[in-house]
Amino acid sequence: MAQSIEVRNITFEYSGEKGTVLAIDDVSFSVAQSEFLCVLGPSGCGKTTILNMLAGFLKPTEGTILIGGKPVVGAGQDRGVVFQDFAQLFPWRTARRNVEFGLEMRCVPESERRESSTRFLKLVRLEKFADSFPHQLSGGMQQRVAIARALAYNPGVLLMDEPFAALDAMTRDEMQKQLTEVWQETKKTVVYITHNVAEAVYLADQVLVLAAHPGTVKAGLRLDLPRPRDPLSAEFVATQRHLLGLLQH
Amino acid sequence: MNRVKDFFVRAGWMVLPFLVVAIIWETLARSGIYPPKLFPSLVTVFEALVRLVVSGALWTNTQGTLVRLVLGFALAGVVGVLLGIAMGRYRVVEDVFLPIVSIGYPIPGLAYAPLFVLWFGLGDLPAVLLVGLASSFSVTINTWKGVKAVREIWLRAAQAMGANDRQIFLQVSLPGALPYIFTGLRLGLAQAWRILVAVEMITAVLHGLGWMIFGAQEFLNTDVMLVGIATIGAIGLLLEKQVFARLEAHTIVRWGMMSA
Repeated sequence: MAQSIEVRNITFEYSGEKGTVLAIDDVSFSVAQSEFLCVLGPSGCGKTTILNMLAGFLKPTEGTILIGGKPVVGAGQDRGVVFQDFAQLFPWRTARRNVEFGLEMRCVPESERRESSTRFLKLVRLEKFADSFPHQLSGGMQQRVAIARALAYNPGVLLMDEPFAALDAMTRDEMQKQLTEVWQETKKTVVYITHNVAEAVYLADQVLVLAAHPGTVKAGLRLDLPRPRDPLSAEFVATQRHLLGLLQH
Repeated sequence: MNRVKDFFVRAGWMVLPFLVVAIIWETLARSGIYPPKLFPSLVTVFEALVRLVVSGALWTNTQGTLVRLVLGFALAGVVGVLLGIAMGRYRVVEDVFLPIVSIGYPIPGLAYAPLFVLWFGLGDLPAVLLVGLASSFSVTINTWKGVKAVREIWLRAAQAMGANDRQIFLQVSLPGALPYIFTGLRLGLAQAWRILVAVEMITAVLHGLGWMIFGAQEFLNTDVMLVGIATIGAIGLLLEKQVFARLEAHTIVRWGMMSA
């Protein structure tokens, strides 16, 4: 079951060389069940910090984060995380065994794990590469394995930190299309971090535009463009222009 | 056809350096600059090899050395890997052992030999213990480094997937540290070899290659010495290619964590 996310007035401070630095200042937003949120912002706006707090790797200095109505305490299987770095996969495990990791941690029996890994590898169209090791796969394929891995133990929320940023443009377009399909199929609540405006317009139901130093919410925007979205349509381009304007002012 | 040719070309390149050394050696041996007793021709060395193989002496001595090597190295491997892991995982263990290991690492193992002979007498026990001690340092240090060097992103990913501390350790830290552990074992084995041959000369073991070389000195049997040295080299190469290279090919090379 997908879960809603409620972020209330979070701030995040870390101690730098010149005393404490305020990285995130009073950020609030909410994501409904099965909704796709893109957090859009320039580098240095703390978007990854926000994701790390959602994932439970970092604790907000102030404020609360509720997932499915429950406050976040540390990392947990109610959330799946996909990072930008291809190296996130375990090189000593095949694609299949990577995907099964979360279920293995829960001591799910092998037949059930197999069923799940088969299903999710198929969902990301990699069933033929189940027995390949990560270094034998291309960057795009590795990121798809990472998505399957984050979905396989059935979390309610999928957190993605610029997962396609290191891919070439053509592969990225294909990945975005596939991700939309995966999301429509699994109906997860998604929080997707990006600095790419077109990507946000292509993927999101809701875009959160952040400003930098410190990270604050500049604007929130709902996108009602019909799916699948056409990046060449007039309304797509208009939305893109609007978001670019918001980012620059 | 090309494959066959490739094979011969590669084999030729492999043999070439040895051939060069052999030719230089033989020229020197036959030039008469040194007495043949001290600088024997390769033919004499080969004859000695045949003699030693036929009499069984070479095998007996090799066996003695190998048993000591395996026991000592196994000791170092087990202790070193366990200690290195503990140091990498627990701060307290690191704080206690890192200074000790750091000081102990540069001390040549052979320096302990007289002490060990006094403590444990002559023979196999001090030899095995010295081998173990000398090779354990690089195993420990590299294992510790390996556990420390495990990628943060793997730990995070595992955490996100609900792994507990024990699972993270067994399923992520250990396999992640494997390239370093192998490096440590490799270095440890080389050190084990080095000290073992010397130790055999000191602790007066019954049979051993080091002992064979040392004993041959008394009778000016340089040919026997050279057979011993060549045997050590051959076994070292065999262990490297047949044991380590295979282990790595099956694991870290296959996983792309190290190129072949």
